[in-house]
Amino acid sequence: VIVSSHPTRARTGQYLVLLAYILFLGFPLLWMLSVSFKGPRELVELYPSFIPADPTLENYRIALTENELVRSAVNSLKVATITALLTTAIGLPAAYVLARRRGLISRLGLGWILLSQMFPLILIIVPLFLLLRDLKLTDSHAGLILVYMVWALPFILWMLQSYVRGIPRDLEEAATVDGATRFQILVGIIAPLLAPGVVVTTLFAFITAWNEFFFALVILQTPELTTLPLKLAQFVGIEGIVRLGPLAASALLATAPSLILFTIIQRWLTRGLLSGAVKG
Amino acid sequence: VSAIQGTGSRLFPRGNRSRAGAGLSATEALVLLIPALLPIVILSVAPLIRGIYLGFTNARAGLDVPTNFIGLDNFRVLLKDDLFINSFKIGLIWAVSVTAIQFVLSLGLAILLSQQLRGRWLARSLALVPWAMPAVVVGIMWKLFFQPQAGVLNEILRRGHLPGENLDWLSSFQWALPAVIFVGVWAGMPQTTVALLAGLQSIQDDLHEAAAVDGATAWQRFRTITLPQLRPVIIAITSLDFIWNFNSFGLVYVLTEGGPAGKTQLPMLFAYNQAFKYGEFGYASALGNAMVVVIAGALVFYLWGRLREASS
Repeated sequence: VIVSSHPTRARTGQYLVLLAYILFLGFPLLWMLSVSFKGPRELVELYPSFIPADPTLENYRIALTENELVRSAVNSLKVATITALLTTAIGLPAAYVLARRRGLISRLGLGWILLSQMFPLILIIVPLFLLLRDLKLTDSHAGLILVYMVWALPFILWMLQSYVRGIPRDLEEAATVDGATRFQILVGIIAPLLAPGVVVTTLFAFITAWNEFFFALVILQTPELTTLPLKLAQFVGIEGIVRLGPLAASALLATAPSLILFTIIQRWLTRGLLSGAVKG
Repeated sequence: VSAIQGTGSRLFPRGNRSRAGAGLSATEALVLLIPALLPIVILSVAPLIRGIYLGFTNARAGLDVPTNFIGLDNFRVLLKDDLFINSFKIGLIWAVSVTAIQFVLSLGLAILLSQQLRGRWLARSLALVPWAMPAVVVGIMWKLFFQPQAGVLNEILRRGHLPGENLDWLSSFQWALPAVIFVGVWAGMPQTTVALLAGLQSIQDDLHEAAAVDGATAWQRFRTITLPQLRPVIIAITSLDFIWNFNSFGLVYVLTEGGPAGKTQLPMLFAYNQAFKYGEFGYASALGNAMVVVIAGALVFYLWGRLREASS
Protein backbone atom coordinates (compact mmCIF):
# COMPACT_ATOMS: atom_id res chain seq x y z
CA VAL A 1 0.00 0.00 0.00
CA ILE A 2 2.74 2.41 0.97
CA VAL A 3 5.07 2.97 -1.94
CA SER A 4 8.32 4.83 -1.62
CA SER A 5 10.01 6.99 -4.22
CA HIS A 6 13.04 4.64 -4.08
CA PRO A 7 11.36 1.28 -4.68
CA THR A 8 14.34 -1.10 -4.46
CA ARG A 9 16.04 0.60 -1.56
CA ALA A 10 12.73 0.71 0.30
CA ARG A 11 12.12 -2.98 -0.41
CA THR A 12 15.49 -3.95 1.01
CA GLY A 13 14.80 -1.86 4.07
CA GLN A 14 11.43 -3.52 4.51
CA TYR A 15 12.95 -6.98 4.32
CA LEU A 16 15.59 -6.05 6.90
CA VAL A 17 12.95 -4.76 9.29
CA LEU A 18 10.82 -7.85 8.70
CA LEU A 19 13.83 -10.01 9.52
CA ALA A 20 14.37 -8.07 12.73
CA TYR A 21 10.75 -8.70 13.69
CA ILE A 22 11.08 -12.42 12.94
CA LEU A 23 14.18 -12.60 15.13
CA PHE A 24 12.56 -10.67 17.97
CA LEU A 25 9.42 -12.81 17.87
CA GLY A 26 10.95 -16.20 17.17
CA PHE A 27 14.36 -16.24 18.78
CA PRO A 28 13.27 -16.75 22.43
CA LEU A 29 11.11 -19.67 21.28
CA LEU A 30 14.05 -21.28 19.50
CA TRP A 31 16.24 -20.72 22.53
CA MET A 32 13.76 -22.52 24.79
CA LEU A 33 13.65 -25.35 22.25
CA SER A 34 17.44 -25.46 22.25
CA VAL A 35 17.66 -25.55 26.06
CA SER A 36 15.12 -28.37 26.18
CA PHE A 37 17.50 -30.61 24.21
CA LYS A 38 20.60 -29.83 26.26
CA GLY A 39 22.02 -32.17 28.87
CA PRO A 40 22.70 -30.98 32.45
CA ARG A 41 26.43 -30.60 31.85
CA GLU A 42 26.00 -28.41 28.81
CA LEU A 43 23.59 -26.17 30.71
CA VAL A 44 26.10 -25.20 33.39
CA GLU A 45 28.84 -24.45 30.89
CA LEU A 46 29.82 -20.83 30.75
CA TYR A 47 29.65 -20.47 26.98
CA PRO A 48 26.29 -21.83 25.87
CA SER A 49 25.84 -22.53 22.19
CA PHE A 50 22.68 -22.15 20.21
CA ILE A 51 22.69 -25.64 18.76
CA PRO A 52 23.01 -28.29 21.49
CA ALA A 53 26.41 -29.97 21.25
CA ASP A 54 25.03 -33.26 22.44
CA PRO A 55 21.25 -33.23 21.92
CA THR A 56 19.30 -35.42 24.31
CA LEU A 57 15.68 -36.34 24.96
CA GLU A 58 16.45 -36.86 28.64
CA ASN A 59 14.73 -33.58 29.63
CA TYR A 60 11.50 -34.70 28.01
CA ARG A 61 11.73 -38.06 29.75
CA ILE A 62 12.20 -36.30 33.09
CA ALA A 63 9.36 -33.88 32.33
CA LEU A 64 6.98 -36.71 31.57
CA THR A 65 7.91 -39.01 34.44
CA GLU A 66 8.83 -36.75 37.36
CA ASN A 67 7.02 -33.80 38.92
CA GLU A 68 3.60 -35.23 38.04
CA LEU A 69 3.34 -33.09 34.95
CA VAL A 70 1.07 -35.65 33.34
CA ARG A 71 -1.37 -35.59 36.22
CA SER A 72 -1.53 -31.77 36.00
CA ALA A 73 -2.12 -32.10 32.27
CA VAL A 74 -5.06 -34.41 32.94
CA ASN A 75 -6.45 -31.89 35.44
CA SER A 76 -6.02 -29.06 32.94
CA LEU A 77 -7.67 -31.13 30.21
CA LYS A 78 -10.65 -31.84 32.44
CA VAL A 79 -11.09 -28.27 33.66
CA ALA A 80 -10.56 -26.68 30.24
CA THR A 81 -12.87 -29.08 28.40
CA ILE A 82 -15.76 -28.68 30.83
CA THR A 83 -15.25 -24.91 30.93
CA ALA A 84 -15.25 -24.64 27.15
CA LEU A 85 -18.36 -26.77 26.61
CA LEU A 86 -20.31 -25.19 29.45
CA THR A 87 -19.44 -21.62 28.50
CA THR A 88 -20.38 -22.09 24.87
CA ALA A 89 -23.61 -23.86 25.81
CA ILE A 90 -24.86 -21.04 28.01
CA GLY A 91 -23.32 -18.32 25.86
CA LEU A 92 -24.85 -19.33 22.53
CA PRO A 93 -28.52 -18.56 23.23
CA ALA A 94 -27.58 -15.28 24.90
CA ALA A 95 -25.31 -14.34 22.00
CA TYR A 96 -28.19 -14.90 19.61
CA VAL A 97 -30.32 -12.43 21.53
CA LEU A 98 -27.47 -9.89 21.75
CA ALA A 99 -26.96 -10.05 18.01
CA ARG A 100 -30.57 -10.07 16.88
CA ARG A 101 -32.50 -7.97 19.35
CA ARG A 102 -31.72 -4.33 19.50
CA GLY A 103 -32.71 -2.64 22.69
CA LEU A 104 -31.93 -2.18 26.33
CA ILE A 105 -30.90 -5.78 27.04
CA SER A 106 -28.41 -5.94 24.21
CA ARG A 107 -26.94 -2.58 25.03
CA LEU A 108 -26.60 -3.56 28.69
CA GLY A 109 -25.09 -6.88 27.66
CA LEU A 110 -22.49 -5.40 25.35
CA GLY A 111 -21.79 -2.65 27.86
CA TRP A 112 -21.13 -5.25 30.55
CA ILE A 113 -18.77 -7.14 28.22
CA LEU A 114 -16.65 -4.00 27.79
CA LEU A 115 -16.94 -2.86 31.41
CA SER A 116 -15.95 -6.27 32.75
CA GLN A 117 -12.56 -5.78 31.11
CA MET A 118 -11.88 -2.74 33.25
CA PHE A 119 -12.07 -4.29 36.69
CA PRO A 120 -8.92 -5.79 38.17
CA LEU A 121 -9.32 -9.47 38.99
CA ILE A 122 -8.55 -8.82 42.66
CA LEU A 123 -11.91 -7.07 43.08
CA ILE A 124 -13.76 -10.13 41.87
CA ILE A 125 -11.59 -12.93 43.23
CA VAL A 126 -11.83 -11.99 46.92
CA PRO A 127 -15.65 -12.08 47.04
CA LEU A 128 -15.70 -15.12 44.72
CA PHE A 129 -13.32 -16.86 47.06
CA LEU A 130 -15.63 -16.09 49.99
CA LEU A 131 -18.64 -17.31 48.01
CA LEU A 132 -16.91 -20.53 46.96
CA ARG A 133 -15.81 -21.06 50.56
CA ASP A 134 -19.42 -20.82 51.74
CA LEU A 135 -20.36 -23.37 49.07
CA LYS A 136 -17.42 -25.59 50.08
CA LEU A 137 -16.06 -25.29 46.56
CA THR A 138 -12.62 -23.78 47.16
CA ASP A 139 -9.78 -26.13 46.35
CA SER A 140 -11.96 -28.04 43.90
CA HIS A 141 -12.16 -28.32 40.14
CA ALA A 142 -15.88 -27.53 40.26
CA GLY A 143 -15.15 -24.18 41.89
CA LEU A 144 -12.43 -23.38 39.40
CA ILE A 145 -14.69 -24.26 36.47
CA LEU A 146 -17.42 -21.96 37.80
CA VAL A 147 -14.92 -19.10 38.03
CA TYR A 148 -13.51 -19.81 34.56
CA MET A 149 -16.98 -19.93 33.08
CA VAL A 150 -17.90 -16.46 34.24
CA TRP A 151 -14.47 -15.10 33.47
CA ALA A 152 -14.52 -16.44 29.89
CA LEU A 153 -18.14 -15.46 29.17
CA PRO A 154 -17.61 -11.83 28.10
CA PHE A 155 -15.14 -12.86 25.44
CA ILE A 156 -17.20 -15.86 24.33
CA LEU A 157 -20.36 -13.77 24.10
CA TRP A 158 -18.54 -11.12 22.09
CA MET A 159 -17.24 -13.65 19.58
CA LEU A 160 -20.46 -15.64 19.27
CA GLN A 161 -22.65 -12.59 18.77
CA SER A 162 -20.35 -11.36 16.01
CA TYR A 163 -20.65 -14.74 14.27
CA VAL A 164 -24.46 -14.56 14.59
CA ARG A 165 -24.38 -11.07 13.07
CA GLY A 166 -22.52 -12.58 10.14
CA ILE A 167 -25.56 -14.67 9.24
CA PRO A 168 -27.92 -12.62 7.08
CA ARG A 169 -31.17 -11.95 8.84
CA ASP A 170 -32.95 -12.34 5.50
CA LEU A 171 -32.32 -16.07 5.69
CA GLU A 172 -34.32 -16.32 8.86
CA GLU A 173 -37.03 -14.04 7.54
CA ALA A 174 -37.38 -16.12 4.39
CA ALA A 175 -37.76 -19.23 6.51
CA THR A 176 -40.45 -17.55 8.60
CA VAL A 177 -42.33 -16.67 5.44
CA ASP A 178 -42.18 -20.34 4.54
CA GLY A 179 -43.85 -21.09 7.84
CA ALA A 180 -40.92 -22.44 9.85
CA THR A 181 -41.18 -22.21 13.62
CA ARG A 182 -38.54 -20.43 15.65
CA PHE A 183 -37.14 -23.76 16.86
CA GLN A 184 -36.91 -25.05 13.30
CA ILE A 185 -35.14 -21.87 12.27
CA LEU A 186 -32.61 -22.07 15.08
CA VAL A 187 -31.82 -25.73 14.59
CA GLY A 188 -32.22 -26.04 10.84
CA ILE A 189 -30.77 -22.76 9.58
CA ILE A 190 -28.80 -20.94 12.24
CA ALA A 191 -27.03 -23.89 13.85
CA PRO A 192 -25.35 -25.28 10.69
CA LEU A 193 -24.22 -21.83 9.55
CA LEU A 194 -22.97 -21.00 13.01
CA ALA A 195 -21.18 -24.32 13.56
CA PRO A 196 -17.68 -23.18 12.50
CA GLY A 197 -17.94 -20.09 14.70
CA VAL A 198 -19.11 -22.18 17.63
CA VAL A 199 -16.23 -24.62 17.20
CA VAL A 200 -13.71 -21.78 17.05
CA THR A 201 -15.22 -20.14 20.12
CA THR A 202 -15.23 -23.40 22.09
CA LEU A 203 -11.61 -24.09 21.21
CA PHE A 204 -10.65 -20.56 22.16
CA ALA A 205 -12.39 -20.97 25.52
CA PHE A 206 -10.47 -24.22 25.94
CA ILE A 207 -7.15 -22.47 25.24
CA THR A 208 -7.82 -19.61 27.66
CA ALA A 209 -8.81 -22.03 30.43
CA TRP A 210 -5.83 -24.27 29.67
CA ASN A 211 -3.47 -21.29 29.96
CA GLU A 212 -5.07 -19.55 32.96
CA PHE A 213 -2.93 -19.07 36.03
CA PHE A 214 -4.19 -16.47 38.52
CA PHE A 215 -7.51 -18.06 39.50
CA ALA A 216 -5.94 -21.50 39.74
CA LEU A 217 -3.29 -20.07 42.04
CA VAL A 218 -5.92 -18.62 44.36
CA ILE A 219 -8.44 -21.45 44.32
CA LEU A 220 -6.44 -24.68 44.23
CA GLN A 221 -4.27 -25.85 47.11
CA THR A 222 -4.15 -29.63 47.02
CA PRO A 223 -1.14 -30.78 44.94
CA GLU A 224 -3.23 -33.53 43.32
CA LEU A 225 -5.57 -30.91 41.85
CA THR A 226 -3.05 -28.47 40.35
CA THR A 227 -3.37 -27.47 36.71
CA LEU A 228 -0.44 -27.20 34.33
CA PRO A 229 0.40 -23.48 34.64
CA LEU A 230 0.33 -23.85 38.43
CA LYS A 231 2.60 -26.88 38.27
CA LEU A 232 5.03 -25.04 36.00
CA ALA A 233 5.11 -21.98 38.26
CA GLN A 234 5.90 -24.22 41.25
CA PHE A 235 8.60 -25.85 39.18
CA VAL A 236 10.20 -22.42 38.61
CA GLY A 237 10.01 -21.60 42.29
CA ILE A 238 11.44 -24.82 43.65
CA GLU A 239 14.10 -26.01 41.28
CA GLY A 240 13.80 -24.09 38.06
CA ILE A 241 17.19 -22.48 38.30
CA VAL A 242 18.92 -25.78 38.88
CA ARG A 243 17.11 -27.82 36.28
CA LEU A 244 16.64 -25.58 33.27
CA GLY A 245 16.46 -28.46 30.81
CA PRO A 246 13.45 -30.28 32.26
CA LEU A 247 11.84 -26.90 32.92
CA ALA A 248 12.11 -25.93 29.23
CA ALA A 249 10.85 -29.34 28.13
CA SER A 250 7.88 -29.16 30.50
CA ALA A 251 7.03 -25.65 29.36
CA LEU A 252 7.09 -26.70 25.72
CA LEU A 253 4.98 -29.78 26.37
CA ALA A 254 2.44 -27.68 28.27
CA THR A 255 2.18 -25.17 25.41
CA ALA A 256 1.89 -27.70 22.60
CA PRO A 257 -1.87 -28.36 22.86
CA SER A 258 -2.89 -24.70 22.93
CA LEU A 259 -0.41 -23.85 20.19
CA ILE A 260 -1.76 -26.57 17.89
CA LEU A 261 -5.39 -25.63 18.53
CA PHE A 262 -4.57 -21.97 18.07
CA THR A 263 -2.92 -22.62 14.72
CA ILE A 264 -6.09 -24.34 13.56
CA ILE A 265 -8.48 -21.61 14.63
CA GLN A 266 -6.45 -18.43 14.22
CA ARG A 267 -7.83 -17.33 10.87
CA TRP A 268 -11.45 -17.59 12.02
CA LEU A 269 -10.60 -16.25 15.44
CA THR A 270 -9.36 -12.90 14.25
CA ARG A 271 -12.34 -12.59 11.93
CA GLY A 272 -14.77 -13.20 14.78
CA LEU A 273 -13.04 -10.84 17.16
CA LEU A 274 -12.74 -7.93 14.82
CA SER A 275 -15.57 -8.08 12.30
CA GLY A 276 -17.88 -6.01 14.46
CA ALA A 277 -15.17 -3.84 15.92
CA VAL A 278 -13.44 -2.62 12.78
CA LYS A 279 -16.38 -2.19 10.45
CA GLY A 280 -17.86 -0.13 13.29
CA VAL B 1 -29.25 -12.95 -3.48
CA SER B 2 -29.71 -10.93 -0.36
CA ALA B 3 -30.98 -7.99 -2.36
CA ILE B 4 -33.75 -10.12 -3.83
CA GLN B 5 -34.65 -11.45 -0.45
CA GLY B 6 -34.56 -7.95 0.91
CA THR B 7 -37.16 -6.67 -1.50
CA GLY B 8 -39.11 -9.89 -1.07
CA SER B 9 -39.44 -9.38 2.62
CA ARG B 10 -40.87 -5.96 2.06
CA LEU B 11 -43.47 -7.33 -0.34
CA PHE B 12 -44.97 -9.50 2.37
CA PRO B 13 -46.32 -7.42 5.22
CA ARG B 14 -45.79 -9.38 8.39
CA GLY B 15 -46.63 -9.06 12.04
CA ASN B 16 -44.08 -8.68 14.76
CA ARG B 17 -44.09 -12.38 15.63
CA SER B 18 -42.99 -13.49 12.19
CA ARG B 19 -39.95 -11.22 11.99
CA ALA B 20 -37.39 -13.80 12.97
CA GLY B 21 -34.65 -12.68 15.29
CA ALA B 22 -35.53 -9.05 15.18
CA GLY B 23 -38.97 -9.91 16.49
CA LEU B 24 -37.87 -12.02 19.44
CA SER B 25 -40.52 -11.37 22.03
CA ALA B 26 -39.35 -10.17 25.43
CA THR B 27 -40.19 -13.55 26.97
CA GLU B 28 -38.30 -15.47 24.32
CA ALA B 29 -35.31 -13.20 24.72
CA LEU B 30 -35.36 -13.67 28.47
CA VAL B 31 -35.56 -17.45 28.23
CA LEU B 32 -32.54 -17.47 25.92
CA LEU B 33 -30.63 -15.04 28.12
CA ILE B 34 -31.22 -16.70 31.49
CA PRO B 35 -28.63 -19.50 31.23
CA ALA B 36 -25.91 -16.86 30.79
CA LEU B 37 -27.53 -14.15 32.86
CA LEU B 38 -27.84 -16.15 36.08
CA PRO B 39 -24.15 -17.07 36.40
CA ILE B 40 -23.15 -13.57 35.36
CA VAL B 41 -25.30 -11.97 38.05
CA ILE B 42 -24.43 -14.49 40.79
CA LEU B 43 -20.76 -15.05 40.01
CA SER B 44 -19.71 -11.79 38.43
CA VAL B 45 -21.91 -8.75 39.03
CA ALA B 46 -22.79 -9.54 42.66
CA PRO B 47 -19.20 -10.44 43.64
CA LEU B 48 -17.96 -7.31 41.91
CA ILE B 49 -20.34 -5.13 43.91
CA ARG B 50 -19.39 -6.99 47.07
CA GLY B 51 -15.72 -6.57 46.16
CA ILE B 52 -16.14 -2.82 45.82
CA TYR B 53 -17.94 -2.80 49.17
CA LEU B 54 -15.27 -4.95 50.85
CA GLY B 55 -12.80 -2.15 50.15
CA PHE B 56 -14.66 -0.13 52.79
CA THR B 57 -14.48 -2.88 55.42
CA ASN B 58 -11.85 -4.54 57.55
CA ALA B 59 -12.58 -8.02 56.13
CA ARG B 60 -9.90 -10.60 56.82
CA ALA B 61 -9.36 -14.15 55.67
CA GLY B 62 -10.38 -16.95 58.01
CA LEU B 63 -13.78 -18.23 59.03
CA ASP B 64 -15.87 -16.48 61.70
CA VAL B 65 -13.86 -13.28 61.58
CA PRO B 66 -16.30 -10.38 62.01
CA THR B 67 -16.31 -7.85 59.18
CA ASN B 68 -17.08 -4.23 59.96
CA PHE B 69 -17.73 -1.23 57.78
CA ILE B 70 -14.87 1.19 58.37
CA GLY B 71 -15.59 3.83 55.76
CA LEU B 72 -12.52 5.33 54.16
CA ASP B 73 -10.01 4.01 56.70
CA ASN B 74 -8.42 1.60 54.22
CA PHE B 75 -7.84 4.42 51.79
CA ARG B 76 -6.30 6.62 54.48
CA VAL B 77 -3.84 3.82 55.27
CA LEU B 78 -3.29 3.28 51.58
CA LEU B 79 -2.18 6.84 50.91
CA LYS B 80 0.47 6.54 53.61
CA ASP B 81 1.59 3.08 52.49
CA ASP B 82 4.92 3.45 50.68
CA LEU B 83 4.58 -0.05 49.24
CA PHE B 84 1.26 0.91 47.68
CA ILE B 85 2.57 4.14 46.20
CA ASN B 86 5.62 2.31 44.92
CA SER B 87 3.60 -0.48 43.31
CA PHE B 88 1.19 1.93 41.62
CA LYS B 89 4.08 3.99 40.32
CA ILE B 90 5.66 0.85 38.92
CA GLY B 91 2.28 -0.25 37.58
CA LEU B 92 1.87 3.01 35.67
CA ILE B 93 5.43 2.98 34.32
CA TRP B 94 4.95 -0.63 33.25
CA ALA B 95 1.50 -0.18 31.70
CA VAL B 96 2.35 3.04 29.84
CA SER B 97 5.72 1.80 28.54
CA VAL B 98 4.45 -1.62 27.50
CA THR B 99 1.40 -0.14 25.80
CA ALA B 100 3.37 2.55 23.98
CA ILE B 101 6.22 0.32 22.80
CA GLN B 102 3.78 -2.41 21.87
CA PHE B 103 1.79 0.05 19.82
CA VAL B 104 4.78 1.37 17.88
CA LEU B 105 6.21 -2.10 17.22
CA SER B 106 2.82 -3.57 16.32
CA LEU B 107 2.02 -0.73 13.96
CA GLY B 108 5.34 -1.23 12.19
CA LEU B 109 4.73 -4.95 11.94
CA ALA B 110 1.14 -4.51 10.77
CA ILE B 111 2.29 -2.14 8.00
CA LEU B 112 4.92 -4.66 6.90
CA LEU B 113 2.42 -7.50 6.97
CA SER B 114 0.05 -5.55 4.75
CA GLN B 115 2.74 -5.34 2.04
CA GLN B 116 3.44 -8.01 -0.54
CA LEU B 117 6.61 -9.30 1.10
CA ARG B 118 7.99 -12.81 0.83
CA GLY B 119 8.23 -14.52 4.19
CA ARG B 120 5.57 -12.40 5.80
CA TRP B 121 3.59 -15.58 6.62
CA LEU B 122 6.41 -16.50 9.01
CA ALA B 123 6.30 -13.14 10.77
CA ARG B 124 2.51 -13.32 10.88
CA SER B 125 2.48 -16.78 12.46
CA LEU B 126 5.23 -15.86 14.92
CA ALA B 127 3.41 -12.69 15.87
CA LEU B 128 0.41 -14.76 16.91
CA VAL B 129 2.33 -17.34 18.96
CA PRO B 130 2.42 -15.40 22.27
CA TRP B 131 -1.38 -15.32 22.17
CA ALA B 132 -1.52 -19.10 22.45
CA MET B 133 1.10 -19.40 25.17
CA PRO B 134 0.28 -19.51 28.87
CA ALA B 135 1.70 -16.43 30.61
CA VAL B 136 3.60 -18.81 32.86
CA VAL B 137 5.37 -20.36 29.88
CA VAL B 138 6.19 -16.94 28.43
CA GLY B 139 7.73 -16.13 31.80
CA ILE B 140 9.75 -19.34 31.87
CA MET B 141 10.93 -18.78 28.31
CA TRP B 142 12.27 -15.31 29.05
CA LYS B 143 13.80 -16.49 32.30
CA LEU B 144 15.86 -18.86 30.14
CA PHE B 145 16.72 -15.92 27.89
CA PHE B 146 17.85 -13.64 30.75
CA GLN B 147 19.45 -16.38 32.83
CA PRO B 148 22.90 -15.08 33.86
CA GLN B 149 25.03 -18.14 33.00
CA ALA B 150 23.12 -20.41 30.63
CA GLY B 151 21.04 -17.55 29.20
CA VAL B 152 21.48 -16.39 25.65
CA LEU B 153 21.43 -12.66 26.25
CA ASN B 154 24.63 -12.60 28.28
CA GLU B 155 26.27 -14.95 25.79
CA ILE B 156 25.48 -12.53 22.98
CA LEU B 157 26.90 -9.68 25.07
CA ARG B 158 30.02 -11.76 25.80
CA ARG B 159 30.61 -12.56 22.16
CA GLY B 160 30.06 -8.95 21.15
CA HIS B 161 32.32 -7.75 23.98
CA LEU B 162 29.50 -5.56 25.21
CA PRO B 163 28.97 -4.40 28.79
CA GLY B 164 26.55 -6.26 31.03
CA GLU B 165 27.70 -9.77 30.23
CA ASN B 166 27.72 -10.91 33.85
CA LEU B 167 24.50 -9.20 34.83
CA ASP B 168 21.67 -11.09 36.49
CA TRP B 169 19.05 -9.01 34.68
CA LEU B 170 15.94 -10.08 36.56
CA SER B 171 17.57 -9.57 39.97
CA SER B 172 19.14 -6.22 39.13
CA PHE B 173 17.66 -3.15 40.84
CA GLN B 174 18.29 -1.15 37.72
CA TRP B 175 17.42 -3.63 34.99
CA ALA B 176 14.63 -5.82 36.36
CA LEU B 177 11.83 -3.42 35.39
CA PRO B 178 13.12 -2.68 31.85
CA ALA B 179 13.64 -6.42 31.31
CA VAL B 180 10.13 -7.20 32.47
CA ILE B 181 8.71 -4.43 30.27
CA PHE B 182 10.53 -5.94 27.30
CA VAL B 183 8.87 -9.29 27.98
CA GLY B 184 5.50 -7.60 28.42
CA VAL B 185 5.86 -6.03 24.97
CA TRP B 186 6.65 -9.39 23.40
CA ALA B 187 3.71 -11.09 25.11
CA GLY B 188 1.17 -8.49 24.02
CA MET B 189 2.17 -8.12 20.36
CA PRO B 190 -0.51 -10.43 18.87
CA GLN B 191 -3.72 -8.66 19.89
CA THR B 192 -2.35 -5.24 18.99
CA THR B 193 -0.90 -6.34 15.66
CA VAL B 194 -4.06 -8.18 14.62
CA ALA B 195 -6.27 -5.22 15.48
CA LEU B 196 -4.04 -2.73 13.63
CA LEU B 197 -3.69 -5.05 10.64
CA ALA B 198 -7.45 -5.37 10.36
CA GLY B 199 -7.69 -1.60 10.61
CA LEU B 200 -5.11 -1.12 7.86
CA GLN B 201 -6.91 -3.54 5.57
CA SER B 202 -10.15 -1.61 5.93
CA ILE B 203 -8.53 1.55 4.51
CA GLN B 204 -9.36 1.91 0.84
CA ASP B 205 -6.43 1.58 -1.53
CA ASP B 206 -7.77 4.24 -3.88
CA LEU B 207 -7.16 6.94 -1.27
CA HIS B 208 -3.48 6.00 -1.25
CA GLU B 209 -3.31 5.73 -5.02
CA ALA B 210 -4.90 9.15 -5.50
CA ALA B 211 -2.46 10.69 -3.05
CA ALA B 212 0.47 8.94 -4.75
CA VAL B 213 -0.64 10.34 -8.10
CA ASP B 214 -0.70 13.79 -6.51
CA GLY B 215 2.94 13.25 -5.58
CA ALA B 216 2.60 12.67 -1.85
CA THR B 217 5.54 10.84 -0.27
CA ALA B 218 5.08 7.63 1.68
CA TRP B 219 5.52 9.48 4.96
CA GLN B 220 2.98 12.17 3.95
CA ARG B 221 0.47 9.52 2.98
CA PHE B 222 1.06 7.69 6.23
CA ARG B 223 0.42 10.86 8.23
CA THR B 224 -2.51 12.23 6.27
CA ILE B 225 -4.33 9.04 5.26
CA THR B 226 -3.28 6.00 7.26
CA LEU B 227 -3.08 7.51 10.74
CA PRO B 228 -6.38 9.45 10.68
CA GLN B 229 -8.22 6.46 9.20
CA LEU B 230 -6.74 4.18 11.84
CA ARG B 231 -7.53 6.51 14.72
CA PRO B 232 -10.60 4.66 16.10
CA VAL B 233 -8.76 1.31 16.03
CA ILE B 234 -5.66 2.87 17.61
CA ILE B 235 -7.63 4.45 20.43
CA ALA B 236 -9.58 1.26 21.12
CA ILE B 237 -6.61 -1.10 21.13
CA THR B 238 -4.26 1.14 23.11
CA SER B 239 -6.96 1.71 25.74
CA LEU B 240 -7.58 -2.03 26.04
CA ASP B 241 -3.85 -2.75 26.14
CA PHE B 242 -3.40 -0.22 28.91
CA ILE B 243 -6.17 -1.81 31.00
CA TRP B 244 -4.87 -5.33 30.38
CA ASN B 245 -1.31 -4.34 31.18
CA PHE B 246 -2.17 -2.44 34.34
CA ASN B 247 -4.09 -5.51 35.55
CA SER B 248 -1.39 -7.96 34.50
CA PHE B 249 -0.27 -10.64 36.94
CA GLY B 250 0.99 -14.05 35.79
CA LEU B 251 3.90 -12.96 33.63
CA VAL B 252 5.71 -10.88 36.22
CA TYR B 253 4.79 -13.32 38.99
CA VAL B 254 6.80 -15.99 37.21
CA LEU B 255 9.62 -13.70 36.06
CA THR B 256 10.46 -11.92 39.32
CA GLU B 257 7.60 -12.37 41.84
CA GLY B 258 7.74 -8.61 42.15
CA GLY B 259 11.39 -8.50 43.15
CA PRO B 260 14.10 -7.46 43.60
CA ALA B 261 12.91 -5.54 46.65
CA GLY B 262 9.59 -4.65 45.03
CA LYS B 263 11.19 -3.13 41.93
CA THR B 264 8.73 -4.99 39.67
CA GLN B 265 5.82 -5.27 42.08
CA LEU B 266 2.84 -4.49 39.87
CA PRO B 267 -0.40 -3.48 41.63
CA MET B 268 -1.99 -6.90 41.06
CA LEU B 269 0.97 -8.68 42.65
CA PHE B 270 0.82 -6.33 45.62
CA ALA B 271 -2.93 -6.86 45.97
CA TYR B 272 -2.58 -10.63 45.62
CA ASN B 273 -0.01 -10.71 48.42
CA GLN B 274 -2.21 -8.56 50.66
CA ALA B 275 -5.22 -10.81 50.09
CA PHE B 276 -3.82 -14.31 49.94
CA LYS B 277 -0.51 -14.09 51.74
CA TYR B 278 -1.52 -11.81 54.61
CA GLY B 279 -5.29 -12.41 54.48
CA GLU B 280 -6.12 -8.68 54.32
CA PHE B 281 -9.25 -9.03 52.17
CA GLY B 282 -10.56 -5.57 52.97
CA TYR B 283 -7.29 -3.82 52.25
CA ALA B 284 -6.77 -5.81 49.02
CA SER B 285 -10.25 -4.83 47.86
CA ALA B 286 -9.46 -1.21 48.63
CA LEU B 287 -6.41 -1.63 46.41
CA GLY B 288 -8.69 -3.02 43.71
CA ASN B 289 -10.91 0.04 44.00
CA ALA B 290 -7.88 2.29 43.74
CA MET B 291 -6.83 0.41 40.59
CA VAL B 292 -10.23 1.03 39.01
CA VAL B 293 -9.92 4.73 39.85
CA VAL B 294 -6.42 4.91 38.35
CA ILE B 295 -7.48 3.06 35.21
CA ALA B 296 -10.59 5.17 34.75
CA GLY B 297 -8.61 8.36 35.40
CA ALA B 298 -5.91 7.41 32.92
CA LEU B 299 -8.49 6.50 30.27
CA VAL B 300 -10.43 9.74 30.70
CA PHE B 301 -7.18 11.70 30.43
CA TYR B 302 -6.12 9.73 27.35
CA LEU B 303 -9.46 9.82 25.53
CA TRP B 304 -9.89 13.51 26.32
CA GLY B 305 -6.48 14.20 24.80
CA ARG B 306 -7.32 12.19 21.68
CA LEU B 307 -10.66 13.92 21.31
CA ARG B 308 -9.05 17.36 21.48
CA GLU B 309 -6.48 16.20 18.96
CA ALA B 310 -9.22 14.99 16.62
CA SER B 311 -11.22 18.21 16.81
CA SER B 312 -8.23 20.53 16.35
